[in-house]
Amino acid sequence: MKTTDIPSSKSALPIEGRDHIQGNIHAPITLLEYGDYECPYCSEAYPIVKEIQARLGEKLCFAFRNFPLANSHPHAVHAAESAEAAAAQERFWEMHDLLFENQGALEDEDLAQYAAGLGLDAERVIREVLSGQHQARVKEDFKTGTRAGVNGTPTFFINGERYDGPRDVETFLEALTGK
Amino acid sequence: MSHETKYNQSGALAVGVTAPDFSLRSTPDQSVKLSEFRGRPVILAFYPADWSPVCGDQMALYNEMLGEFQEFGAELLGISVDGAWCHAAFSRDRKLHFPLLSDFEPKGAVARAYGVYHSGDGVCERALFVINPEGKIHWSYVSPIGVNPGASGILSALESLVPAEVAK
Repeated sequence: MKTTDIPSSKSALPIEGRDHIQGNIHAPITLLEYGDYECPYCSEAYPIVKEIQARLGEKLCFAFRNFPLANSHPHAVHAAESAEAAAAQERFWEMHDLLFENQGALEDEDLAQYAAGLGLDAERVIREVLSGQHQARVKEDFKTGTRAGVNGTPTFFINGERYDGPRDVETFLEALTGK
Repeated sequence: MSHETKYNQSGALAVGVTAPDFSLRSTPDQSVKLSEFRGRPVILAFYPADWSPVCGDQMALYNEMLGEFQEFGAELLGISVDGAWCHAAFSRDRKLHFPLLSDFEPKGAVARAYGVYHSGDGVCERALFVINPEGKIHWSYVSPIGVNPGASGILSALESLVPAEVAK
């Protein structure tokens, strides 16, 4: 291995049947986010992603993987696991949205309340979180991220390539559409 | 060994060179000596300063990855020119679970030995070294000072170092 090898990002694309995906996996543009529900930069990016999804419509496939920085954000791991628990009841994205919209309140009781608000079996969600049922999944997400070149949160990959540019809607859209 | 082969084009010590040994303060009353880790891979993460935003993120990332580094039997050491008390406060604030070494007196001596002292600003470059169990440099990377290099390069280097242990 040469010393000049740059730690480049390896291809990171959403995987059908594994990842939480909005839009068609065969859409011409894919956007993969590695995020942390307690990270302020991720919650800043959250409405930007929504806007981008609205603008690009069918052309975009968006996927989210967990990258909780547990030591910096004490609630991030349980929040991530609660979204995975919601996914087990087919409501991942609703929970994902609620977590970002309520970033300041991510205690276990809050998570239970959000789950209940979505009509989920909240007891089951909390039981799964506390028993670590979704721990392996969250850790696997994290590991794929470190290998793909995630260096902080949020990190976005456009068609498998890490995007390091500004995250305002217009610049982001240009990067996504190549225009 | 000539100067040309000892350093690479980034100015950092080249692959295959024996990593210069050092002993640096990790806390106000403890020191860490590189050669203590002979027999295991060591990751040296030189960074410009405690508290600056990018370093914070970079160290926070590595802090979350200690388990992954551990799978390779690797030890992670952060190094900057900050004093031991500064490191102690930074480490406590960020809940870091790996040693931050203080290249403080003479200032930057270890960074200079590794070819990663940024003299204009008087700080370490943002540079990564993976040292093999025999104490030789196996991989290195000098990042633009404001860019968090992440960990994929470290992981690839560790994988190429101990493929047998990774196969699981």
